[in-house]
Amino acid sequence: MAVVTTTPSTSPGAAAAAPEPERRAGSPARPVRLLIGAVGMVVTAWLVCNIFLAFAYYPQWFAGSGILIGLLGLIVGIGGSVVFFYFLNLCIEGFPSRFSEGLIPYAFLLPGFSLIAILLLYPTVQTIVYSFANKDSTAWVGLENYQAIFGDAGFWSALLNNLLWILIVPILTVAFGLAVAVLADKLSATGERIAKSFIFLPMSISFVGAATIWGLIYAYNTPGSPQTGLLNAIVVALGGEPHAWYQIDTARLNSLLLMVILIWLQTGFAMVLLSSAIKGVPEDTIEAGRMDGASEGRIFWQIVFPQVRPTMLAVFITVLILVLKVFDIIYVTTNGRDSTDVIANLFFRKLFVEQQAGQASAVVVVLLILVLPILVYQVRSFRQQEANR
Amino acid sequence: MSGTMKDGRRRSPLAMIAMPLMVILWTIPTVGLLVTSFRTREEAATSGWWSSIFGGGWTLDNYRGLFENTSMGSSLVNSIVVAVPATVLPIMFAAFAAYAFTFMRFPGKDVLFIVIVAVMVVPIQVAFQPMLDLLGPRGLGINGQFVAVWLLHTGFGMPLAVYTLRNYMATLPNSVVESAKIDGASHFQTFWKLVAPMSSPAIAAFATLQFLWVWNDLLIAKLFIGGGANKTVIVDLQQMLGTQGQGAELLTAGAFLSMVIPMIVFFSLQQFLVRGMTSGAVKG
Repeated sequence: MAVVTTTPSTSPGAAAAAPEPERRAGSPARPVRLLIGAVGMVVTAWLVCNIFLAFAYYPQWFAGSGILIGLLGLIVGIGGSVVFFYFLNLCIEGFPSRFSEGLIPYAFLLPGFSLIAILLLYPTVQTIVYSFANKDSTAWVGLENYQAIFGDAGFWSALLNNLLWILIVPILTVAFGLAVAVLADKLSATGERIAKSFIFLPMSISFVGAATIWGLIYAYNTPGSPQTGLLNAIVVALGGEPHAWYQIDTARLNSLLLMVILIWLQTGFAMVLLSSAIKGVPEDTIEAGRMDGASEGRIFWQIVFPQVRPTMLAVFITVLILVLKVFDIIYVTTNGRDSTDVIANLFFRKLFVEQQAGQASAVVVVLLILVLPILVYQVRSFRQQEANR
Repeated sequence: MSGTMKDGRRRSPLAMIAMPLMVILWTIPTVGLLVTSFRTREEAATSGWWSSIFGGGWTLDNYRGLFENTSMGSSLVNSIVVAVPATVLPIMFAAFAAYAFTFMRFPGKDVLFIVIVAVMVVPIQVAFQPMLDLLGPRGLGINGQFVAVWLLHTGFGMPLAVYTLRNYMATLPNSVVESAKIDGASHFQTFWKLVAPMSSPAIAAFATLQFLWVWNDLLIAKLFIGGGANKTVIVDLQQMLGTQGQGAELLTAGAFLSMVIPMIVFFSLQQFLVRGMTSGAVKG
């Protein structure tokens, strides 16, 4: 039974253009199904929740074994959600088809959206609320937290660093990614595959692992003793003095060196997306350029580049979002010393070291305001993309 | 170095010089770690790792010490226990939601999907304090247990999962679903029998991304599991980073060990990852 939807005509739904399917005979309400479905859903949800809580409360029931808990978690989690969706479907089908057709979409969305609501939407609101409360969230303090963080030079220094990260890292990542993608495209197929694998590899490395790796490059030994850090060894070999790189905040050199780590990690990601964009450029547009006698450089800048630009923008935004939240690298290397602090690390310190929950929340609200323009941009470009679909 | 390649394109001397250089530059840091992890503490403290490539003096003691004297072995197991369910659990919920967004028409669809697009950008830091209240001793009291991080990663991964799967499903031929509908299949059956299997490349792509993200995560693991018996390798490694003197030589071996599993996953699922990323996961 087809239902009259009230979807606005601008809806880009994939089904929008499809012809109405043959009308199926409407079915009446089936209360037994409805009841079994509803009861089944509740029982399943109750059971799954309790088993999961048991993992936490009574690990001894599972011999304290992480592996057993993990396995059971997988089985109960997957099995539970299958059974839950089964009963959900049964329950919905119990309604007269007039209702069920309209209800099913929401039923399918319910579990996913509940999680998003509990883990992302509610906390966002709660954090904004906490930012107006005192350090253990027991009394209102108005704007005091904001006054405290805005009056703190450390906050502005962290903000400046975030700004530098934002200005430098995404652009360099995209630039390196593009350079590698273009150059690799000119190699033989095997050469390209091997080269790309090596540059892509760091994407699987954690920030903590990367910090360990780069620690071996930036390591410092007192002058005179052999330098175990690659960078200082090179500097000394060239006749210079070794430096404790992480402590040099002149021109924020230490922050720049930390940015190198992130660029190293992310270039492979940019390369993969840009490479496939370059390969997607229609051959005949390039051929046309060649016919007109354009140089390879001109062909790249005037024909390939404009067609790759949307992908560059997408990569740029993705890296930008990552950079705004950058935390691990700073936390495990300098922990914000020597003017390397960033907003996310400041938040961590406020919340867990200084136990200032109110101020920590205010710092997150600042972070939230920083991502707001990107959020608006993402939503707008999504709508545009959908309109063109 | 001139001439043409097998496929008829002209060789590019610039690329043939620049690319190997880039590859070497990008690989040296990791090689340094790998080499150092096989050196004794005295050697690592008195000479650069590059001097031992030809100099010898290799040892497996660091790796042996890691398993004998640290919690790295059990941390590895913990990481698997955290990462596998946290990767698999979001998929089911997200796939149903993505199906609804792709193949159904209902009021509020646009708004709800825009919520998904929007929350992908929201920094997860917003969730920490409220979630510590909710899961900590003041709430459910499950903080420090695997369940807590499964829940968090399932929730935090949900927007990306829905977005990726929906973008992929939108490329599936609509006629398949329409004909199933005409044959009298319910949405539930269409999902199970047709759409879910057809979406497996996108599911594999999301799973790879989510696994790497969960495995490599420090923040959530540190805050919601902590440094106790259930700690993950990354937290363990972060704790080792702070140690000086005795045991410092184990750090490089530990770091390398923590990378082995994600690297295997990464290389074996690389094609899916690339295909998934290029066909929707990050399409702007």
